[in-house]
Amino acid sequence: MSSTEVAVKTEIKARLIPVYIMGKKYEVPETLTIMKAIEYAGYKYIRGCGCRGGVCGACSTVYRKPGDYKIHVGLACQTVVEPDMYLTQIPFYPALRGTYDFTELTGKPEEIFEIYPELFRCVACNACTKVCPMDVQVMDYIAALKQGDIQKAAELSFDCIQCGLCASRCMGELPQYHIAQLARRISGAYLTPRAEHLKTMVANIETGRFNEGLDKLKAMDENTLKKTYQEREMEPATAGEDWAPKDNQYL
Amino acid sequence: MPYPEELKQLIKVVESTRSERVERKKKNEEVPFMSLEERHDILKYHPDFIEEGRRELQVGPSKGYRIAHEMANVLEAKSRVDPAKIDLSKIDYETDVLVIGGGGAGTAAALLAQENGAKVIIATKLRHGDANTMMAEGGIQAATKGHKDSPYFHYLDVMGGGHFKNTPELVETLVNNAPDVIKWLEGLGCNFSKFPDGTLKTIHGGGTSRKRMHFAADITGAEMMRTVRDEARNRSNDISVIEFSPAVELILNEHGQCAGAVLYNLETEEYLVIKAKAVVMATGGCGRLHVQGFMTTNHYGATADGIVMGYRAGVKICFLHTVQYHPTGIVFPEQAEGILITEKFRGSGANLVNIEGQQFVNEREPRDVEASSIIRECVERGKGIPTPTGKRGIWLDSPMIDMLVGPGTVQREFPGKYILYKRFGIDIAKEPMLIYPTLHYQNGGLEFTSDGATALPGLFLGGEVGGGTHGENRLMGNSLLDIMVYGRIAGKSAAEYVKAKAQDGKLSLEHVVKYNKEIDDAGVSDGRIAPMLLPDYTTPEIKKKQLTAHYEGTIR
Ligand SMILES: Cc1cc2nc3c(=O)[nH]c(=O)nc-3n(C[C@H](O)[C@H](O)[C@H](O)COP(=O)(O)OP(=O)(O)OC[C@H]3O[C@@H](n4cnc5c(N)ncnc54)[C@H](O)[C@@H]3O)c2cc1C
Ligand code: FES
Repeated sequence: MSSTEVAVKTEIKARLIPVYIMGKKYEVPETLTIMKAIEYAGYKYIRGCGCRGGVCGACSTVYRKPGDYKIHVGLACQTVVEPDMYLTQIPFYPALRGTYDFTELTGKPEEIFEIYPELFRCVACNACTKVCPMDVQVMDYIAALKQGDIQKAAELSFDCIQCGLCASRCMGELPQYHIAQLARRISGAYLTPRAEHLKTMVANIETGRFNEGLDKLKAMDENTLKKTYQEREMEPATAGEDWAPKDNQYL
Repeated sequence: MPYPEELKQLIKVVESTRSERVERKKKNEEVPFMSLEERHDILKYHPDFIEEGRRELQVGPSKGYRIAHEMANVLEAKSRVDPAKIDLSKIDYETDVLVIGGGGAGTAAALLAQENGAKVIIATKLRHGDANTMMAEGGIQAATKGHKDSPYFHYLDVMGGGHFKNTPELVETLVNNAPDVIKWLEGLGCNFSKFPDGTLKTIHGGGTSRKRMHFAADITGAEMMRTVRDEARNRSNDISVIEFSPAVELILNEHGQCAGAVLYNLETEEYLVIKAKAVVMATGGCGRLHVQGFMTTNHYGATADGIVMGYRAGVKICFLHTVQYHPTGIVFPEQAEGILITEKFRGSGANLVNIEGQQFVNEREPRDVEASSIIRECVERGKGIPTPTGKRGIWLDSPMIDMLVGPGTVQREFPGKYILYKRFGIDIAKEPMLIYPTLHYQNGGLEFTSDGATALPGLFLGGEVGGGTHGENRLMGNSLLDIMVYGRIAGKSAAEYVKAKAQDGKLSLEHVVKYNKEIDDAGVSDGRIAPMLLPDYTTPEIKKKQLTAHYEGTIR
């Protein structure tokens, strides 16, 4: 028997399993994500669904499993259904966001303390970290901030998708993900050196340095353009930072 | 979801030919690259080249243009709501600049419009930031390193990628503004990956002659999106955001200027009138139209609405005859469907093999050729692998990489994908991946000029909704750039237009009435309405039993 026949014979069909969407039982294929299972059950999303790819934070879901006291969390678009899971999505959770004039900040921790004084209401219960579907060490970045270490907080919070589950569980009522956003912006703009080569390039463009070359390209007929394209010098994949092309006429 | 028993059996076939294929790879014995004629032949399997896949538009400013049925379906459709029912004398919101779409382009436009003195409203379909921008991983191109690169070389690369069909002025503006965009984002606190001295890290992307792809770890788009969104929130005195309220129609005024839009509140189901002195269209792409039935990498709201609204109001479309498919998207496990598998896997030695464990294409052909070969193998030759969800796929034989380079390579070089699969109970260092081409990017869109303006006075645009910048094929990293360059330009141009050119006048939806009539006269609507707003994933079984449910298009 050829392998093609094997495949034809094995009409692969997924098994149905029971899940409880907000307490109500539905039978859904065991291969589906929570999101697709909810759609399979007949719901149509307006809220609770964004990227469908695990990065936007629209679909945070909490669930329990039979005989297990724990609260489980996951992204509906990434988590596969399990038999008898009791689930609900939390598409929105209110959190207070501070406003600030970003250009007036300088990178001192006190600035964050002033915008978010509730930072110090953290009781280090770790509920935020436990509930994070991205495995971000939420409590640790809050602790780092309390100690004034903005860069550490920025690094620790980098994978945050701002779904808001941390804020929903917080005993101290912090809006962790908003605070982390501010920390990352401050870290990026004020605590990391700016790129010097970028300033130079922008200045060179402003003086019109590349206009002549670009005008030439724009005026080229298609064949000459193709030829110029094919003959352009390629930076080798293995080249280091200081690699420079032989032809520097248009630099 | 680990591989079920049936697939495990089929994996044995892959295993049975693996060591032989590894040996061949070691000896550099590859499947030969196709000649130009062979390429030409195989491209007939590329969705862009399947003539039955498209038709000539019967209505509108680009009548006669051949595009995919799915796109034609939303253009040859009537308005969601009878324009006569909308009372344009009752204004629900009023502003200087209305931005339609809260992705990267829209948010950048809002910031620049505000900086140039305008009050702004962003109306968006889902939440602010639920957008394709959030999903981009790879990076953003810009010639920032003057010792080896310049806008000149960036321009050449963009044109080559687009088959030299791109609109030159749009490319020029794109590459000239690129470094300034990176500088702007850096100043807003966007964390691009850097060396300790502040030098930006850059890598190659497909079709780049210089390493100019900047990135923020592997979530570049998300980092950019959350940064500009945070800044917009800081300016809430001047920029307000209306979520879950997609625009469904542009409003013009008696002077023929664009003067607002009709919004649809998805939750209360009200239609609302928003009056504006200028409008920026920034609604992004069309992946959720599932052109020719393809799965997609795009977010839930990518349904080409902006193209529909702009087209009805008289703006032409261009380059929509090409759509970008990425050759290797996950087709199983189901929960990861559509997600991209980077070309790096093939570059590192993984073969593409069919159900018989045989190779059928060199793994380093261009994207369109690679995608076409995979489609032919599955559709025409019937040698695809059936998935539990009723689809077909091809094996990407990742375990070869460990055999070629050494144990642990897959885990070390591809940590993100290794962990993703691990969660599903699949070890891609030991088991192959099931892939199929996935719908990725809308190369074309509404026509516009390098100042962000369209043929309709008062309507500006930025981002994936526009066409011309990328010609027939966009290079990786140029779209994140596009949305920031043209988003900013559109915002600024709109604010300047508000001061200099916008006139007050009676509001009108006459263009919609006319368009509806044109559809009727051509007899093409088939009862369809547009914009689609959201795709419908309700199963036919459920629909049969929804006896009193009422669907307006895809919305219940
Ligand atoms: C998975 C993935 C990976 C990618 N990787 C890269 C990469 O590495 N580099 C790169 O350069 N590009 C990449 N791209 C492409 C790039 O991300 C997008 O083309 C770009 O972000 C589009 O930005 P935009 O602002 O035009 O549209 P979007 O970011 O999609 O924003 C459009 C917004 O408009 C809203 N909207 C839609 N219709 C309406 C309506 N009727 N009314 C109101 N609002 C509406 C949408 O909900 C959305 O919020 C990738 C794309 C995807 C999907
Ligand atoms: S829908 Fe975006 S994270 Fe799930």
